[in-house]
Amino acid sequence: MTKDLKYSKLDKSRFKWGYIMVAPTMLGLLILNLWPLMQSFWLSLNKNLGFNNYKYIGSDNYIKMFSDSTIWQAIGNTLVFTIITVPLAVFISLILASLVNSKIKGKGIYRTIYFLPMVVAPAAIAMVWKWMFNADYGIINYLLGTLGIDPVRWLTNPSTALLSVSIVAIWGQLGYRMIILMAGLNSIPNSYYEAAQIDGASAIKQFRHITLPLVSPTLFFVVITGFMNAIKQFDIVYMMIEDVNPALQHAQTILYLYFEEAFVKNNKGYASAIVMFTFVIIMIITGIQFVLQKKWVHYE
Amino acid sequence: MKNSPTLKKKGFTYREIGKIVVHTLLIIGAISMIFPFIWMILTSLKTFGEATRIPPTILPSEWMVENYTKVLNVLPFTQLYINTILMMLGRVIFAVVTCSMAGYAFARIKFPGSKIMFGLILAQMMVPGQVFTIPQYLLVADLGMLNTIFALIFPGLISCFGVFLLRQFYLSLPNELEEAAIIDGCNDWKIFTRIMFPLTKASVSALTIFTAIWAYKDLMWPIIVNISMDKMTLSAGLATLNGQYVTDYPVIMAGTVLSMWPILILYVIFQRQFVEGIAMTGTKG
Repeated sequence: MTKDLKYSKLDKSRFKWGYIMVAPTMLGLLILNLWPLMQSFWLSLNKNLGFNNYKYIGSDNYIKMFSDSTIWQAIGNTLVFTIITVPLAVFISLILASLVNSKIKGKGIYRTIYFLPMVVAPAAIAMVWKWMFNADYGIINYLLGTLGIDPVRWLTNPSTALLSVSIVAIWGQLGYRMIILMAGLNSIPNSYYEAAQIDGASAIKQFRHITLPLVSPTLFFVVITGFMNAIKQFDIVYMMIEDVNPALQHAQTILYLYFEEAFVKNNKGYASAIVMFTFVIIMIITGIQFVLQKKWVHYE
Repeated sequence: MKNSPTLKKKGFTYREIGKIVVHTLLIIGAISMIFPFIWMILTSLKTFGEATRIPPTILPSEWMVENYTKVLNVLPFTQLYINTILMMLGRVIFAVVTCSMAGYAFARIKFPGSKIMFGLILAQMMVPGQVFTIPQYLLVADLGMLNTIFALIFPGLISCFGVFLLRQFYLSLPNELEEAAIIDGCNDWKIFTRIMFPLTKASVSALTIFTAIWAYKDLMWPIIVNISMDKMTLSAGLATLNGQYVTDYPVIMAGTVLSMWPILILYVIFQRQFVEGIAMTGTKG
């Protein structure tokens, strides 16, 4: 009764519309996300017996997973991929963003070109790079050959396969990060730089003491989304590394393995354990990022 | 005015040198961005023999349009375009409608439970989508909807990112807009449809672009749910090419070019909206 008195007739009419307007989304969230999340967890405790029959096996999938060297190798690959791609992509895009943002002609053209790979499907991107990385006829080995460098078996050599995939990933995402960082740089008031110039601060000092702290929230956004996406890497590896590739073990990512287990080998229970574990890894890394941000991200 | 003309002159040339350095770096970068696309097109027009010749030729000596007819015989491109467009359209329409309504409600109405519900939306954005993939697949399979356009649209029926994006925008609109309308006796539905929604063009077009691009780029979901060739998307179709034409790169490149041109043309036409949409998410998120 007290609740009824708290809200006016107008409030109640507004509440009604509020519920109606969020209903489709909440219903969708329930069917598409909440229920599947619980089901994923449940499946990870089950074994697929075929024809949609599942048997509860408790933590067996997890025990099997933790003692499976293939999984650890895939996690290792994913982390190496992340550690190569995220810092490099963020660093290069920050430089590109600063360069494009400096008072030069043709800003729009550069922006358009750098962003180009972002709109193309990774499947298509992977195809072209696979061709360019071809050990015998690829343009990259040919160009290296003219510099006197021996041909590299980019995609089939276990020590370079992951690196090759990382190069493609970095190339593909520079434009996206650059555009977001440009927006961040643009929001820094010009007056800060004018004041610094009057004080005679060098360009490097200006970058360190004005640009970097003021762009740090944007940088944080770029880093955190970068980590999340890198750990979820699937497409490029799937397209560039076939399952007969001798370097597969050294290049397959955790989600590639998940895909294989779930939809090729039909071990949906085991695959669910893998994806739940990936989820935990992402949560831990994101959590660490949020703690660390206090040290370097400056909010006004 | 202590600056002597010579110093001024010197400063000017420094700036000029700086500009040359900046342009040089940016042009090198731009070439490495665009080169793979050019190489793709050039290879797609070469014979197999010419593509594997060392040293490589730049322009094809014989223009092999046949590579395109070959790949058109392997993949039903018209059908792939239609499927991809239907998937993109479906996901965009559902996302725009559900996200606009929810974004408005979360931003402008303080109803009991709204905070918890919005918390769920934010939490969902932290979970990698693949956690939902197997159960979503089983659901679609149970509904008997594998190999349909519905299956392609299914995971895009709602978008938590979109709700978040549009809520941010609805929050930024002034209170006066709805106060006057409420006094006039308008309910929230009217305020939303007549006053507020028309103001969200920029955010809605950003959401449209994102949803469409993500749908077009999606690979794992389409290759799982639709394995019959006539219900595939461009990305999935391309993936099958990878297995069939392992070495015939000119034909593969022809397929890649065919899968890309519609989105590239759209991008060139709407590139300002693309770029602004991306920038919006980075700064407002």
